[in-house]
Amino acid sequence: MLLELKNIVAGYGSIMALKGISLSVREGSIVSLIGANGAGKSTTMRTIMGLVSLREGEIRFKGAPLSGTKPYQVVHEGISLVPEGRQILQNMSVEENLYLGAYQRSDKDGIAADLKKVYERFPRLEERKKQFGGTLSGGEQQMLAIGRAVMARPELLLLDEPSMGLAPIVVQEIFDVIKDINDSGTTILLVEQNARKALQIADYAYVMETGHIVLEGTAADVAANPQVTAAYLGGKK
Amino acid sequence: MFFQQLINGLNLGSAYAVIAIGYTLVFGVLNIINMAHGEIFMFGAFIGLMLVTAAGANIFVALIGAMLGGAVLGFLLEYLALRPLRRRKVTHLAPLISTIGVSIFLESLALKIWGPQTQSFPPQFEGALMDAGLFKVSMIQIVGFCTAIVLMVLLTLLLDKTKIGKAVKATSENIETAGLLGINTSRIITFTVMLASSLGAAAGVLVGLSFNAIEPTMGMTMSFKGLAVLIMGGLGNIRGAMMGGFILGIAEVFSVAYGASSYRDAVAFGIIILILFFRPEGLFSKAGKGGRP
Repeated sequence: MLLELKNIVAGYGSIMALKGISLSVREGSIVSLIGANGAGKSTTMRTIMGLVSLREGEIRFKGAPLSGTKPYQVVHEGISLVPEGRQILQNMSVEENLYLGAYQRSDKDGIAADLKKVYERFPRLEERKKQFGGTLSGGEQQMLAIGRAVMARPELLLLDEPSMGLAPIVVQEIFDVIKDINDSGTTILLVEQNARKALQIADYAYVMETGHIVLEGTAADVAANPQVTAAYLGGKK
Repeated sequence: MFFQQLINGLNLGSAYAVIAIGYTLVFGVLNIINMAHGEIFMFGAFIGLMLVTAAGANIFVALIGAMLGGAVLGFLLEYLALRPLRRRKVTHLAPLISTIGVSIFLESLALKIWGPQTQSFPPQFEGALMDAGLFKVSMIQIVGFCTAIVLMVLLTLLLDKTKIGKAVKATSENIETAGLLGINTSRIITFTVMLASSLGAAAGVLVGLSFNAIEPTMGMTMSFKGLAVLIMGGLGNIRGAMMGGFILGIAEVFSVAYGASSYRDAVAFGIIILILFFRPEGLFSKAGKGGRP
């Protein structure tokens, strides 16, 4: 297993948003985490990155406990997060955003090659590389956020609601890119409200409700579960 | 007369600008006003003076020495007074109060070391007064102005072109995002406070030279001026701080020249109140971003 969460309890102040979460992500797979608002999906991601501190439980990456708990240390281990709301640096150019994604790397040639790859994947970013991040549309910002996270060459890419607030046609493009990144060898843990799409590209899925995992299985099994169909996929098709 | 005052104003303004940049940098990464900045400025002036009078150094060595001293003070300020609070996730105002504590401590320490009397640089540092027809300018004014400009250019290059500078900008804009990009934000904060403090100390030497009056309480007045410039330029906006420094410097000099010298500070701060009345987000910040760059 590339990533393992064992009985994670975490939260903000006295409120525990996660009440004993266990999940694992196999190398090379896409794992989706679905559930309603407030189920704790984003908190799970933020806990992995060290943005929310762990109360109980253990996070293991590549078979060993995460060595550090600060975000930059987690990035160093090989995990990157595309945060909810994208968090583009508004007053820095598209290119600066991308270069900052590779902040911990010092292989100039590798960085240049990866930058080229990002531009090939998202030609619109290349057209706008001198523009400030804040001037991009929502879809472009999402592309930039994904491109920026990929620049770190993570082994595990966490995506928090990548389709949020985007036009359907852009959503499809984003999901194609996620699949593409996965095909090139990056493992993906995906949090999504758009459960239908998330289950389509995933290998394995977990369903969260109020801080617990209530269901897990292969994406096909989860998608076929009647409760899931009723709650997240808008009833019977 | 007009040109003479303009030169004087630019000279004073360049020092204000360097001080205000120090506030702006720290405000950017920590979101607090560093109330100890004025006292670090004052320490910079004294360190420069000591190097000149006790060690016989020239003005550039004194400047560099003061900047190094300022950086050390900045490190101690961050490490001892700010970092412990950050780790505990206390209220937002706690680090502000902590910097006030440091400022009182530094002022008392300076009183203890150097005594309360006003000191000045030896007269040879005044330099010759040059007559350029429309105005007269002293060597020390030229050196001070050029140093301030060089510092500002270097800082701009550092922030725009280097990796650590970009990390400072990213941390200023959004500390969480910066961490997610793999930036050790704690280290960047320390670096930024040290950088800001070394600029403050350099400004101390520049102001000490042009006013020729160095005393332990000089930090307090300067604090308020730097603060005013910070707010006028738009919180956390470096270019705004530079422009704001010049505006305040020129406004002060002109109010003395054409009005009453006793109203000097009143006029300068009155202008700031007016500006804020019409542009509460500051002169140079983009609207809709809460005054952040």
